[in-house]
Amino acid sequence: MELYQKTAAELSAMLKNKEVSSVELTKAAFARTAQVEEQTGAYITLTEEKALADAAAIDSRRAAGETLPPLAGVPVSVKDNICTKGIRTTCASKMLENFLPPYNATVMEKLDEAGLIMTGKTNLDEFAMGSSCENSALRKTRNPHNLDRVTGGSSGGAAASVAAGEVSIAVGSDTGGSIRQPASFCGVVGMKPTYGTVSRYGLIAFASSLDQIGPFGRCIEDTAMLADVLMGHDMRDSTSVPREYPSLTAGLNADIKGMKIGLPKEYFGEGISEEVSKAVLAAAETYRQLGAEVVEISLPLSRYALPIYYILSSAEASSNLARFDGVKYGYRAKEFDGLIDLYVKSRSEGFGPEVQRRIMLGTYVLSSGYYDAYYKKARAAQRAIRADYAKAFEQVDLILTPTAPTTAYKIGEKTSDPLQMYMGDICTVSVNIAGLPGLVQPCGFDADKMPIGMQLIGPRFGEQTLLNAGLAYEKASGLSNIVAL
Amino acid sequence: MRYEPVIGLEVHAELSTKSKIFCSCSTAFGAEINTHVCPVCTGQPGALPVLNKQVVHYAAKMGVATHCHINQLCKSDRKNYFYPDLPKAYQISQFDVPICENGYVDFEVDGQPKRVRFERIHFEEDAGKLLHDEGEGTVVDFNRCGVPLIEMVTRPDIHSSAEAKEFLETIKTTLSYLQICDCRMEEGSIRCDVNVSVRPEGTEELGTRVEMKNINSFSAAVRAIDYEVNRQIEVLEDGGKIIQETRRWDDSKVKNLVMRTKEDAQDYRYFPDPDLVAVEIDDEWMRQIESEIPELPQSRYARYIKEIGLQPKEARIISDAYDKACLLDEGVSMGRVDSRSIANWILSDISKYLNDKGLELKDTKLTAGKLVDMIELIEKNTISGNAGKKVLVQLFETDDSVDAIVDKLGLKQVSDEGAIQKLVDEVLAANPKSVADYKGGKKNVIGFLVGQCMKASKGKGNPKMINQCLNKTLSQM
Repeated sequence: MELYQKTAAELSAMLKNKEVSSVELTKAAFARTAQVEEQTGAYITLTEEKALADAAAIDSRRAAGETLPPLAGVPVSVKDNICTKGIRTTCASKMLENFLPPYNATVMEKLDEAGLIMTGKTNLDEFAMGSSCENSALRKTRNPHNLDRVTGGSSGGAAASVAAGEVSIAVGSDTGGSIRQPASFCGVVGMKPTYGTVSRYGLIAFASSLDQIGPFGRCIEDTAMLADVLMGHDMRDSTSVPREYPSLTAGLNADIKGMKIGLPKEYFGEGISEEVSKAVLAAAETYRQLGAEVVEISLPLSRYALPIYYILSSAEASSNLARFDGVKYGYRAKEFDGLIDLYVKSRSEGFGPEVQRRIMLGTYVLSSGYYDAYYKKARAAQRAIRADYAKAFEQVDLILTPTAPTTAYKIGEKTSDPLQMYMGDICTVSVNIAGLPGLVQPCGFDADKMPIGMQLIGPRFGEQTLLNAGLAYEKASGLSNIVAL
Repeated sequence: MRYEPVIGLEVHAELSTKSKIFCSCSTAFGAEINTHVCPVCTGQPGALPVLNKQVVHYAAKMGVATHCHINQLCKSDRKNYFYPDLPKAYQISQFDVPICENGYVDFEVDGQPKRVRFERIHFEEDAGKLLHDEGEGTVVDFNRCGVPLIEMVTRPDIHSSAEAKEFLETIKTTLSYLQICDCRMEEGSIRCDVNVSVRPEGTEELGTRVEMKNINSFSAAVRAIDYEVNRQIEVLEDGGKIIQETRRWDDSKVKNLVMRTKEDAQDYRYFPDPDLVAVEIDDEWMRQIESEIPELPQSRYARYIKEIGLQPKEARIISDAYDKACLLDEGVSMGRVDSRSIANWILSDISKYLNDKGLELKDTKLTAGKLVDMIELIEKNTISGNAGKKVLVQLFETDDSVDAIVDKLGLKQVSDEGAIQKLVDEVLAANPKSVADYKGGKKNVIGFLVGQCMKASKGKGNPKMINQCLNKTLSQM
């Protein structure tokens, strides 16, 4: 077995036992990247020099007898909407193509503290707006399971980097499914933690009330280990939740006897492909055999989730992205006539079509005369959806659903129809709207050998229950550590 | 026809917190361009605001002092617009739920009581500054960006520029009493926008209002209001109509010009800032805020007239300055010297010293205790009033006690009867002509003789005792 095929947990053990050095691991990661990157296109920026220096530093600390955190010395990729001091952070946009952040995101500090080695910055849909990674203005990312297919998005680069073995773990972000849907498309594990449990300080905002950073891995344990590094309270993010963050890795337990799992009937009907439905229902059957109680439940407001999501996320995006005006940083039009022209040209030339579409949509729903009908109503509906979930969690411990209506589709298949693309988010957005944790892991393959992912949704702060249920299924199904290419 | 002006003000005051409203950068004025900045206040991608609780505290203090209802759950909203001095392209402010609502202040205009109601007071962040003379193009200085402000919006209760000026002075005094604003007008720590309309005297319906911006001093506010009232009356007299618009005041030209009309009013697309969770002022915090409100100027003003017997003008000078009023009240509370004396010292020598040096009391070392010590020595004839002035200068500038200063400068008066008698005898012996004049009925030579005695004592003789001793000795001669 090659190093690149190993899980982070395995690499961690090897490092601890001095069977391998971090420099060797890092070199192996870049060797694998050199081998597959041309096909996957996972990265926008590779930071090999810094990675090797960081790895050497970890090695010398270990050699000096220091006890290091579990993932110290393990390579990790980071989505390119997370600020890295002095390292280009583009959001896959022409707008920030040459932007060097003057500071590190809180999660970067946490990765540093835990001794992880960042290999580079991964591709995404521009400003995380999209579901296929095709909206990147800088890079084309392909699904390692089939290079003609999309990776999903927006964290398509992160998912691809893990699926292709360029790294074992990756940091992504999820606003409406941006970790979970590409994890599903690429046959890996991804978790969107509870809103407020991972600091957003330094995550370039798309929709502040929905954005959440989270981990990717090829198995549940790796995902838990990286989640342990990322999660925690941060004074610099006022939406960060002050509470205890016990180790999820230490709490892993595959015994799920007596656990109650709900299947919301609204997630298995029209619009969801039969192959996907079948695979998820088969997973439900596995849970039954493992001793869980599986019951049908109802989330009646699910059908409103998509419009609510596109109203709220676009409204916030229109304001969050207003700072990209060509004045302080980022793209500035070469020629302009006065201030307004500077704004109009810089923004028209710097932002791609999907970003412009969302900005216009968001500006519209916040405009006086429309605010009450759209934004205010969507906020009220958001509260109703939260109540819907709260009611469901009085009955069950977890909810099991498909992650996306289909498996990864062909590159270019949906780019001409934005609405069709938006429909692909139907299974994931309500989790963000309700601020809940969601876990996605592979549960089979379709006839074209493309991975199918299932989604487990938990109550607020229910990450441990999610990961335990995930681990139980992973062990039973053997669908773990799938490396493509 | 006679017209009545109807005026409402929007006053912005910079709060004197040490750090900015959403980051830990300093709020100090006058630093080199873009040195008090960080990722948060320059709107770097990904940076997040965290509300400075001191801002909530200060804003609520102003609300309590002006009889407002305090909304104890403070939410923040985004006001979206593009301008180069606004790095996020939105200002974090408060929209539908301001921290303070429905208050008022009372004050006097030409001796008549006047009340102006507040619609609201809310907190928000200041923008940066555009500098057009720093070399090529325009430079944006973000030092001021994120300095906390409160915006105070009045009801249209003001009916003349004189009332507006007194209102603004009252706000300024209140802010300084609460110690929540530096009130440095030249640094722009208080600024105001003015809304003006006019209506036929005796009618109730409000006329069309015009907003005026760019008013940078209280005296400019008076000029701007007078100008705009006259302009509107002229338009109406000529049969025209007032157009709802925003006009820019040009104080150097003493006129205003249209900035924008109602049609191109901006849509700020306010919505709750998702980066900031609501901050709750719990009841304990409320009690803390309430306990910090000192007796306010209007009340002290009345008290100084009634209890100390000051003239209204004198009472105003002291009650307008929080530190002077505190000095007076603290001195009076010691109960050791005449209250009027303390007031006199504050009105005369202390005010003169501060004015001459351009200082405030807090910049000096003077304390109420030492001021009272000094006055007490004068009352006991230990030092002369003139010596007191010399002691005062030392009290401003050193940490020495009054006794130590008196000793150091050798200011203790000679009040020993034997010593004074000797002094008087010597002076009388040296001035036989004056003695003769006195005996001849020219009683006013006594002044000359007192002067000679003071001179001989090098200023240390107790003038009162010298006077008495001279009279006694001369009458016995």
